[in-house]
Parts: sequence; C-alpha cells; structure tokens
Amino acid sequence: MDYLLRTEGLSKVYPNGTLANKQVDFAVAKGEILGLVGENGAGKSTLMKLLYGEESPSSGTIYLDGKPIGFSSSQDAIAAGIGMVHQHFMLVPSLSLAENLVLGQEPKKGKSSFFDLEKAVAITEELGEKYNLKVFARARVVDVSVSMRQKLEILKALYRGAKILILDEPTAVLTPQETDELFVELQALRSHGHTIIFISHKLNEIFKLCDRVSVMRDGRMIGTHQVADVDRQTISNEMVGREVLLSVRKDKAKAGEKVLVAKDLSYIDDFGIAALDHVSLALRKGEILGVVGVDGNGQSELVRILTGSARSLSGSVVVKGRDLTNQKPGALRRAGVAHIAEDRMTVGTALPASIEDNLMADRYFHPEYKGRAGFLKQAAMARAATEIVTTFDIRCKSAKQPVSSLSGGNMQKVVIGREFTADADILVIAQPTRGVDVGAIEFIHKRIIEMRDQGKAVLLVSSDLQEVMSMSDSLVVMNSGKIVAYFEDASATTDKELGLYMLGLKKQNPEEIGKVLHE
Amino acid sequence: MIEFIAGVFASSNYWFIVLRSTAPILLVTLGAVITEQAGIKNMALEGSMLWAALTGVIVSAFTGSPWLGMMAGILASVTIALILGLFALKLDANAVLCGVALNLFSTGGTVFVLYSLTGDKGISSSLPSKIIPFIKIPFVETIPWIGKVISGQNLIVWLAAFAVVAIHFVLNKATIGRRIKATGENIEAAKAAGIDPVKVKFFTLIVSGILAGIAGCFLSMGYTSNFTSGIAAGRGYVANAAQVVAGGTAIGAIFASLIFGLTDAMATYLQNIGLPPELIQALPYLVTILGFIVVTLIRDRRESIRKRQLLEGKLPKGSLKPIAVGGSNGNGSLGGGAA
Repeated sequence: MDYLLRTEGLSKVYPNGTLANKQVDFAVAKGEILGLVGENGAGKSTLMKLLYGEESPSSGTIYLDGKPIGFSSSQDAIAAGIGMVHQHFMLVPSLSLAENLVLGQEPKKGKSSFFDLEKAVAITEELGEKYNLKVFARARVVDVSVSMRQKLEILKALYRGAKILILDEPTAVLTPQETDELFVELQALRSHGHTIIFISHKLNEIFKLCDRVSVMRDGRMIGTHQVADVDRQTISNEMVGREVLLSVRKDKAKAGEKVLVAKDLSYIDDFGIAALDHVSLALRKGEILGVVGVDGNGQSELVRILTGSARSLSGSVVVKGRDLTNQKPGALRRAGVAHIAEDRMTVGTALPASIEDNLMADRYFHPEYKGRAGFLKQAAMARAATEIVTTFDIRCKSAKQPVSSLSGGNMQKVVIGREFTADADILVIAQPTRGVDVGAIEFIHKRIIEMRDQGKAVLLVSSDLQEVMSMSDSLVVMNSGKIVAYFEDASATTDKELGLYMLGLKKQNPEEIGKVLHE
Repeated sequence: MIEFIAGVFASSNYWFIVLRSTAPILLVTLGAVITEQAGIKNMALEGSMLWAALTGVIVSAFTGSPWLGMMAGILASVTIALILGLFALKLDANAVLCGVALNLFSTGGTVFVLYSLTGDKGISSSLPSKIIPFIKIPFVETIPWIGKVISGQNLIVWLAAFAVVAIHFVLNKATIGRRIKATGENIEAAKAAGIDPVKVKFFTLIVSGILAGIAGCFLSMGYTSNFTSGIAAGRGYVANAAQVVAGGTAIGAIFASLIFGLTDAMATYLQNIGLPPELIQALPYLVTILGFIVVTLIRDRRESIRKRQLLEGKLPKGSLKPIAVGGSNGNGSLGGGAA
C-alpha cells in the first residue's frame, strides 16, 4: 500500500530526558480513518506533535507522499495540508465563529486592510454546507455549544486546506449522541477523500469508526491492525501490556444517615449562563453518589460550592446539621469535608512545594506538629509525610522533592494521600483519575471503595462515564446546570440511557429527582 | 463652595482647560488600552512620555523645527516601548517590573541629559525650544462660549480626538484588531491560526509608544513650553488605571481620561480659594483612583444583580455580556476535555 503520511524510526527525547517516542514506525493511507490508541503517556500526543510540526524529532524521518519532510513549525504542516483539532479548543471566545474561522487568513474589503465580516460569514456557511458541518457563523463562540465549537475547529482546519486531519480525543467533551453525529460527519469527510487520524482511548469508538488501528505503549508502536480482523481484548492487552481488570470489585453499599444536605444551589458564570441552576442533593454515609454529565454542565461549580471555593447565589449547604452555606474552604474542611480537586496542578497541589509540604498543608497547625514558640515540629511532620508516602505508594526518591517532579499518577496520589488521611467524613472527589496511568487508576479506585466501606460519604464527579458507572452506588445526571435524573441504584441504568439524560433529551419528573434528598 | 464650583463649570475657560488637560491623558490611555487588549501591560508609558518630552524640546531647539522635535520625541518614546518589548517579549521578563525599571531609569536619565546639556537639573528654559502650534478656527472662534472652548486649542488636542477614532477603527474594523483580541484572549488560538503573538504585541507596543510620544511632546511643547524634571507627573501610571475604567475600548478611554481632565482643570481654580497646593496637586490622581474603584464596584454589583435576575428568569439568556476587566490576559480555555 502507498502511504500518504509515514514515519520511519521516529524518536523524540525531551530536554528533561524523557524518551517520549522510541523508533516509531507509523503510516496512514489516503482516505482512511486510522485510530491511534494508547494509555495516557504512551506517546500519542508526542507523535502527533511531531507530525504537526509543533515538535521536531530527535531522530528518524517523516515522509509525506513519499518525500521526506522537516517541519519547523505547525505553519509548515498546515501549508502541507495537515490540520489538527486540539483537545483544548483554540478559539477566541468573544469573537464570532466566522471571525474565528478566518483568523490569521482574513478576507479583506478590496485592497484595504479592513476586515470583511460578510465575506467571512459567507465562507463559513459555504464550507459548513459543503462538509455538512453546520454552525452559527454570526454567533460568538461563548454562546454556542461545545460540539459546535468542535465542528468549528474541524472547519478551521479544512479552511486552511487540510487533507489530513488529526483529532486529539475529540469525543472527550461530547455526549454519546453528539459522538455518533461526529462519526457520521467524519465518515462524510472520508468519502470526500480526506484522511483522518483519530486519537482515543475508548475502544468502542475505535471499533465503530476506524478502518485501521495503531496501538502505542511506553513511547513505542506496538502494532497496527485492520479493525475488522482484531478483537477488543487484543487491543486492550496491547495497550497496557497485561490483562486489565476492566471492572471494579465492590460489595453492595450500606447507606447510613445523611451527613451533607445541599439545597437549591445556584451559580451564574461570567458569561451570564446559569452554570448551576437550583441543584439539591444529599450525601449519605457509606455511599458513593456519582455525578454524570458532559464536562461543563455544572459539575465543577457544584464541587466548588460544596468545598467552599465558590459562592452559591441561593440555597443552603448543611453539613452534619450545621449550616455552612457559603463558608470558606477552611470552615468546610474543619467540618469534615475533604476535597480532591479536578485540577491537581493548580488547586490540588502547590507544584514547586515538596511532597511533604503538600501533604501537611491542611494539618501543619494541628497540636501534634506544634512545637515551642510557634516553631513547627519538623521531625514529626517528616515522619507523618513518609508514612503517607508509603501507604499511598507515592513513587518518589524522597518526600522532600517537589511535587512538580512527579508523574501525573503520583501527583494525584499525593492529593489523595492528603485528603484520605484528613479524617473527613465527606469526600468530594472530582476527576480522580484524569490523566492517570492504569496502575494508579486501579489503586485510586480501590482506595475510594475502601473509604466508602469505612462509612464515608462520597460524591464522585468524573467525565469518564465508565468510571462513574462502575464506582457509584447511586447516580445523578447533570445537564445545563440542573440535575435531570437520579438513579438510586447505579447498576439499574445503561450508558445509552444516561446519554439521553446527559444531552437533555430526557428528564425525570421533579418527584423522582427529589428522591436524591432522601427525605 | 458649591456656588464657586458651579461658577467654574459655567465658564468657557474651565472647559478650555479641561480639553487641554484631558488630551495627554487620553492619548496615553489609548496606548494602554491597545496593549492591554493584546495581553501585555505597558507600564513604561511614563518613561516613554518623559523621553519624548525631553527629546522634543532638545531637537526642536537645535533644528528650530517643532515638527522635527515632535518626530524625534515620538521616536524616543517608541524606543522605550521597544526596549520593554525586548525584555518582556523576547527575554521573557516580567513586563510590569521592566516597565517600572524603565520608568525609574527615565526619571533619572532625562534629568542627567538635561543637566549635561544645560547645566540645569530642573528646567530646560535655557534651550530655545519650539512650540507645537495652537489652532484658531475661523468663524467658530466667534461663536460665544463654544468658540472659546474649542478654538485656540493646541494641534495635539485635535490629534488626541483623531486618535480615538483611529484606535476604535483599528480595534473593531481592521484585520489587526481581531488578531490583537485573539492574542489577548487566547494566545494559543492565535498561535494555532498562524498569528505571531510576539509581532502583534510589538505592534501594540509601537502604537502605544507613538501615542505616549505625542502626549509627552505636548507636555513640553504645548501644555507648557519647557521640559521640567518629572514632567509626565505619573500620567503614564494613571493611564494604566484609566484603561481599566475604559473597559478596553477607545470610546471608554474618553470617559476614563475625562475624570482626570475635569479634576485637573478644577485644581487650577481651587488654588484661588486657598486650598493647600499639595492637596490640589494630588486631586486628579485621587479622583482617578476613586473612579477606578467606583467603576469596578459598579461593574461587580451590576453583574451580581444581573446574575440574580438571570437566575430568576427575568432576563433572556445570554443578555449578560462578558465584562472586560483589567488584565485581560485570560487564556480563555474553552471546552477543556479530559486530559
């Protein structure tokens, strides 16, 4: 087969010594959809950055149409017909979709340097028509849905003449229904002769969409298969290099008394959208309440209000009978609310501080660490930190090294180590395994179940549907800032059904939703 | 007191001074607005004005031409802006700290040059420097009251008015305006679109340098007819506060600088009724800071009221516009999926 884009022995060593790609041979044929799978840190992103000119290879060659190429920037890649849709959208919120589409290559009025908005709108609508990716050209980016923003990103690449499209985990922010729609659109692009590289770690998507699939692990290319000739277990084993436990083992929950009751919480974001719209729920001892929803439907705001880092415009938060509405994080912590933040890099840890300092951040003022004259008992703190490092299997040389030097998984273990030893009764957990390797995921999941079995009340927010479904005892679904469904028994529903609720196509009646308060 | 102030407001002379005092601050505020929109803070505006004021005086004195003087002044001002760009954009230093350092350098540096040339550390009166002409408008000057306000203003007052229009067009109609907004709002998006954010930021720095240069020349070749040490008198700093009040628009800059201009003009009158001059000199700055606080508070309050109304369903969705606040350096992370 003649390949359109091909690499030979491609390696990339980052300045910090990380060998992100090792002798990668990768090839994609014209007019196919090639899936690229691998765990986080397997080297997929690095490989794509090399293809897109954002990084240059340490050794090896890239061939386009059989000719060796050396991109010095992504501009070269774009000029050569390679387009990329990043996971984090590259859009300017206050500009219209049409203005975003033409940004950098704007149509001008005649020979002047004045921007021609009408022409930009026309271009956007024409392109959208041609590829059946319809968008509101005149709307501002802030006002449109995530899936429309993604369509715009694809259109942007096409406007710049992309023949090869790289999509980096495009479905992470979509509902199952929107995902299906995207797949139809991508297949249409394929029939137009476009070539698509589709990065994902969701195997069912690969099997639904792709012609071939390449698997990466530890920076190496493990293998490439015709999707028709391979089964999921093979791919899955190749991805992780061992048999994976795909399900979480847990006993049935023994739900106890209510320890946290949140009623009627609301939050309006800076763009005037009701990010949280009169939400109520209760957490019970010994039970994991999962929150399902596409990212950005109020989950983050809910977590921030429950942990004191955002103020609710209405309603109340009652912890163990005490009204703690809109109290500061410290007050909520003292009342026994622990918080695993969705962003461990900015909220969960202080990156330049040591593991020890991070572990002691919420307790250095406790009597056992207080010495004379306001000095802290260094030795006691070091002992306590080392103990947590051991129990939570934080892989490091010493507890004195900065958290920034740890891998994502170990960084998350630092957060979990601190929060799970904080003697809290209520755990508010957001995205516990985002960007964490498989081994650490298993570990974290086990720990969360353990906490539940010890009688802690857990709120679990995750954009990984599989994770919430398998971990939770009961579930709520959020859409547009509202709770639209409550399932007392999480195992009594399916991902398809949840998808309908996530998308807002279905909604339970207030009575059913109200059961989440257990009144 | 109230009678006195009412009397001042009625006089055409007061409004003449208001326009004169507003012009320089308006020019630098426009400079601060355009750089802020691109996501870089030009703290060195003060230094830019100082060098422009001094260079304008010296060159006009040696060439005998106010125009050459003004060109040289603008050039000096742009040079300071470019030095800031070099440190902040090329060498990755903190823009605010570099700006402050440049201002300190300029305060001392201008006096040093002045002393080397004239032997005087305070004022350039020994140099035969020129003045940028004042514009008398035929017919208009005969209109009672109005004529006295707008006729006879310095050319640069008119230039300042023109600059508002120019910056408004650049930000809203020209292609570069979109690139400036893209750079300021989501630098990654700008880069991905093939825009060079460093170039865009340099462009805005140069524009702000030109504007500050014109303002600086006005101070020493129109507003007064000499360079005096520290002639910019903090206007470059005030501009960065006024920029926040302006809300990132050229039209807003008019109102923001009027706060300063109105008080500055009033201060000249207040001297007559026996207020301590130190207090009077501090007034324009105090009022600008108060304006800054009030505007920020009003914005916050209006926002929270609207949020409540939105929540109760009294307003249509999307009727709350994003508010432009100072430091629009947000990376505007949109969507943001699982990593």
